[in-house]
Amino acid sequence: MSGPSDYQPSNPALQWIERRLPILGLMHSSFVAYPTPRNLNYWWTFGAILSFMLGMQILTGVILAMHYTPHADLAFKSVELIVRDVNYGWLLRNMHAVGASMFFVAVYVHMFRGLYYGSYKEPREVLWILGVIIYLLMMATGFMGYVLPWGQMSFWGATVITNLFSAIPYVGESVVTLLWGGYSVGNPTLNRFFSLHYLLPFLIAGVVVLHVWALHVAGQNNPDGVEPKTEKDTVPFTPHATIKDMFGVACFMLLYAWFIFYMPNYLGDADNYIPANPGVTPPHIVPEWYYLPFYAILRSIPNKLAGVIAMFGAIIILCFLPWLDAAKTKSSKYRPLAKQFFWIFVVVCILLGYLGAQPPEGIYVVAGRVLTVCYFAYFLIVLPLLSRIEKPRPVPNSISDAVLAKTGSRSTPMVSTAIMLALAGSLFAGSIDSAKASEGSDTPPGNKWSFSGPFGKFDRGALQRGLKVYKEVCSSCHGLSYIAFRNLAEAGGPGYSVAQAAAFASEYKVKDGPNDAGDMFERAGRPADYFPSPFPNEQAARAANGGAAPPDLSLITKARSYKRGFPWFIIDFFSQYQEQGPDYVAAVLQGYEDKAPEGVTIPEGSYFNKYFPGHAIKMPKPLSDGQVTFDDGSPATVAQYAKDVTTFLMWTAEPHMEARKRLGFQVFVFLILFAGLMYFTKKKVWASSH
Amino acid sequence: MNPDASTIAAGAPIEVDLSPVAEGQDIKVFWRGKPIYISHRTKKQIDEARAVNVASLPDPQSDEARVKSGHEQWLVVIGICTHLGCIPIAHEGSYDGFFCPCHGSQYDSSGRIRQGPAPANLPVPPYQFVSDTKIQIG
Repeated sequence: MSGPSDYQPSNPALQWIERRLPILGLMHSSFVAYPTPRNLNYWWTFGAILSFMLGMQILTGVILAMHYTPHADLAFKSVELIVRDVNYGWLLRNMHAVGASMFFVAVYVHMFRGLYYGSYKEPREVLWILGVIIYLLMMATGFMGYVLPWGQMSFWGATVITNLFSAIPYVGESVVTLLWGGYSVGNPTLNRFFSLHYLLPFLIAGVVVLHVWALHVAGQNNPDGVEPKTEKDTVPFTPHATIKDMFGVACFMLLYAWFIFYMPNYLGDADNYIPANPGVTPPHIVPEWYYLPFYAILRSIPNKLAGVIAMFGAIIILCFLPWLDAAKTKSSKYRPLAKQFFWIFVVVCILLGYLGAQPPEGIYVVAGRVLTVCYFAYFLIVLPLLSRIEKPRPVPNSISDAVLAKTGSRSTPMVSTAIMLALAGSLFAGSIDSAKASEGSDTPPGNKWSFSGPFGKFDRGALQRGLKVYKEVCSSCHGLSYIAFRNLAEAGGPGYSVAQAAAFASEYKVKDGPNDAGDMFERAGRPADYFPSPFPNEQAARAANGGAAPPDLSLITKARSYKRGFPWFIIDFFSQYQEQGPDYVAAVLQGYEDKAPEGVTIPEGSYFNKYFPGHAIKMPKPLSDGQVTFDDGSPATVAQYAKDVTTFLMWTAEPHMEARKRLGFQVFVFLILFAGLMYFTKKKVWASSH
Repeated sequence: MNPDASTIAAGAPIEVDLSPVAEGQDIKVFWRGKPIYISHRTKKQIDEARAVNVASLPDPQSDEARVKSGHEQWLVVIGICTHLGCIPIAHEGSYDGFFCPCHGSQYDSSGRIRQGPAPANLPVPPYQFVSDTKIQIG
């Protein structure tokens, strides 16, 4: 992208085009002949990884938008229908939702790399500022995307974030009304967020073009921070950087696929599987993990306006970085003090992220304030001061000198890359396990589930018995509105035949109509019908159950969780533990005690449950021994009922779980082979360049 | 991008019948998508709200200025925390008023901020008494 190209295609048709629009020359000079410093390490592959992620997000997003309905009453359901009914909809949704997190993982690595190696310094100031703009656009896009599923966290996240603007003096309230398009977060808000969420990625793509343009004018920085002087210092972009980037992308995809196929909900919040309710605030409103450090800064300042200014300031300050750090030496490799402060800064950011997920009380508030001061001190005191007092080590004369000096003592950047990635990902990510069921209750005991782990499958017998328990017990109060009778005959389900599912459906009466006379009528159920709900609406359900509406059970095992806490959330990342929801549901079903223990008072009309948050549950003990008889001779005990019905409800929450894990294994086999192939190709290509 | 005509029309005033709300109880109604708490305050709650030294409050306002005279037992406030817009829970916290579960702001029995990060009192929506047991909000 810098200057005219001397590239001449050999094909006459291409020559014809090239004379009129030199696009091939542009591509050739930007991505083929472009000289790239030969000492780049793997941290430099994150640019390619980010481009890949942007492409992935746009591709999956465009297809998801074809099936999504941006309406406050329909959005939540339409997302569930994408996951359940659209071909590979579960895959698209997981790729898009996990992709957002992976995009931020990559952008944070990319930014910290720039910080460490001084990539923002002269002549790359504009390049850096364009990057900060991309980051801001990403944050806006990510936030609006999180609103679209219209779950509880979507709604309340939107409320909290849009209210930030009400802190602006004089015009704040009108700005917020403008954002909402109403008097509160509602349907107009969802509509405009959908429109903007579709628009912003293309703006990002535009700024990325500018970012790459600026990069190719100024040239890439490199780990030694000395500009290339002779041809010996560089290698052509293709094949050297291309193949190295492909290997980097392949490794990154392994992490991406780990989340997509084995822990798609690890990075999300259980509360977002509860449809948005403007009348109930979740106990902890936690933003997505990638905003947590800034959320912590916001909350650590007791004044509302000052908090908002500090939060935005924490990002805007990055724009001034090229002038705050005036040190001539670029790379921290040669700056002994800057190197240490850099790592302290990384730890400060991670700790701020951890605090952002904690309730704002006691020690967390104090720690948040200290770390906020540290964050700003790094930019405003440490960096300006270091550039005056630090005595850097001598930098090599040229890149080729640095490479020659290094060949003796080669470090293993790949290993450190992998370790850092895993660490950063798991640390940031896990701190936000939902605290839905964490207060005033015992931790549910773990169970052995047939569906856990990478090869988990549903136990068909348990699914069939669980369906029987649901039908004979739960269904008198709880709906199962996302499950159709046809689902019972689908692969990965309870294993009924199509005829059996049709017979099962015909036992139900379904309301249909209006007929030609304009009347509603009842008819026998068909496979395409959904399980009828026991109450016509939420108000009726509430009125019939002492003020507490029994929740729909379709998603219950995903919508309930309990806090795992440190260090469990890190271990869970490796052990693929995803069964908080089922463990909690099974525990609540068995957690009833006839008498509340000393000191616990249970209000009239409630029952004591060991595992329910706050212990006072409105649902009376639902299961007792001998209530349901099983045909297969399984014991008629509460423990057996609880386990079976929970297995069944795990299936209703994710009917395609078996397909997900099966495809996951195939993808892993492919990715490992692909990454290996790329690695050896890369070695071959680079053999003469080291 | 301001609210469209139908949204504005849906935000017209509403009437609420207060007769079923017993002393010490409160109800939540929605107006313009916002929850409005209507509390039938007890004598104790009123006395507590009036015993406070107004000048010592973060957002000084007397209880008399926040209710309609002659209807002191009725407190009508918009139930949206002035910090970041969560919905406070009625009858919780140390001030016999409202407690916001998000960031821990506490409001007293007059809906005034007493503790926590919120900068202002719970706002009182425009309303008037149509009769002794009926109010019009808006």
